[in-house]
Amino acid sequence: MLEHRFIKNFTKYKFLLAELVKRDITVKYRGSALGIFWSFLNPLLTMVVLTIVFGALFGKNIPNFPIYVLTGYLTFSFFSAATKIAMNSIKKGAPILKKMYVPKYIYALAGILSETINLFISMIVLVLVMMATGCPFSIFNLAAILPIFFLIIFTVGCGLILASINVFFKDIKYLYGVFVRLLMYGCAIFYPITIIPERFILLFYANPVYCAISGLRDSILYGTFPNPFVLLYLAVVSVFALIIGIIVFYKSQDKFILYI
Amino acid sequence: MDTPNHIEINEYNSLQSEKSDSSQDKVVIRAEKINMVFEMSPEKIDNIKEYVIKWLKRDIKREKFVAVNDVSFILNKGDRMGLIGLNGAGKSTLLKIIAGVMKPTNGKITVSGKIAPLLELGAGFDPNYSGRENIFLNGAILGYSKEFLESRYDEIAEFSELGRFLEIPIKNYSSGMRSKLGFSIATIVEPDILILDEVLSVGDAKFRKKSGDKIKSLFNSGVTVLLVSHSITQIKELCNKVIWLENGKIVMSGDAETVCDAYLKSVE
Repeated sequence: MLEHRFIKNFTKYKFLLAELVKRDITVKYRGSALGIFWSFLNPLLTMVVLTIVFGALFGKNIPNFPIYVLTGYLTFSFFSAATKIAMNSIKKGAPILKKMYVPKYIYALAGILSETINLFISMIVLVLVMMATGCPFSIFNLAAILPIFFLIIFTVGCGLILASINVFFKDIKYLYGVFVRLLMYGCAIFYPITIIPERFILLFYANPVYCAISGLRDSILYGTFPNPFVLLYLAVVSVFALIIGIIVFYKSQDKFILYI
Repeated sequence: MDTPNHIEINEYNSLQSEKSDSSQDKVVIRAEKINMVFEMSPEKIDNIKEYVIKWLKRDIKREKFVAVNDVSFILNKGDRMGLIGLNGAGKSTLLKIIAGVMKPTNGKITVSGKIAPLLELGAGFDPNYSGRENIFLNGAILGYSKEFLESRYDEIAEFSELGRFLEIPIKNYSSGMRSKLGFSIATIVEPDILILDEVLSVGDAKFRKKSGDKIKSLFNSGVTVLLVSHSITQIKELCNKVIWLENGKIVMSGDAETVCDAYLKSVE
């Protein structure tokens, strides 16, 4: 019964979801001369900079440093951008949520979906750089979809939690900003994991974002199936985060209106 | 996971209508002992730092404010109900509860049918979007489907009288143009329930007449109306039922003429 109602309501508002995603994507680049091309250029330029700066330092142990950097950067920046956009979504939608009935989670979901589309557009850059650097393609490249899928699930969970907290405490934004910066250094984006002392390694594998990066690198850079243990851990944490996110959001959403 | 009140009731009502087919006294809105309590802290704590400090000092005060207190009513199809009362009496909160924006603290509200809230026209407009794009965005917010909007697009465009302006971004519109567009989108459906906070008259003299006519034709089509207004003459003219609220409580309810006269007497 509950599920039936949920699906009925979702069907009614799925056009709104599509419209919000479309708006996020079009408004982002509207007025810029290069438009959607920035979705390619941004990761590409970052990759070039990071490769120039850190390539000489760490490049020796890594077969294809540009790909190594790019896989890490794309994954991390998706997580960072999508959780931030979801965090602000309820506040941003306040003028409407205060006046009309709209399912609130649609707003959080729309932001994450638009960043997901952005991620897939950026993936084209990855393919181009693979061709340019002579990185061999393999059937295991397709397995990259698994860590990315679970990362999206994890992001939705985190996004729902952050969106709820941000309604009640506006300084979560700044705290989370600091946290994300810390997370960036903890994701081994531009250095090899081998330089990390043995006793800290577990800390990296506890981080779901790093697990996703590692899985992506296994399938893209090393042409193997992602480590099943890492993948399993990522899957469990993601589903757990999603459940917690739904519960937190569901329990607090009726109070949103009093605080936004 | 977030479902409005009305869906459940749709089914409830379809069950009912099978039993008795007299559509005229079909219950459209049923409010049972609605309470809305806001918990306000006297100082607004909206960041973690202050919250933690206050919590450590055991200093979090909460004051309860009852905005709507034990309100019950039933509206049948075709009823036009006016809400009157001084500012802060709880009229707008009650409208928001009926529209599904807020959930009451306790009590039960059941609403069946499509609601057209003519509360804030164009609340969902995006300034960077053109008029045409905003028709779809705003329509989506109102819960219309893509197919519906595509089939009615020309009608909306024509009613709005905006012509070639529909292709330029809304940020360049005047406020009159914006409300013309908002009105055209909001009234394109044939709603079962119309919610009005003050009777709308928007745009220039010509459009004012047109929007007034449109509202009148909606009124005559047997729609259920909820109207908040400070103009008692208007309430008397348009409504058949009136609820008079004071501090969230119903002071008096019933026939428009009687309640309005009593209200006017008390204000004087």
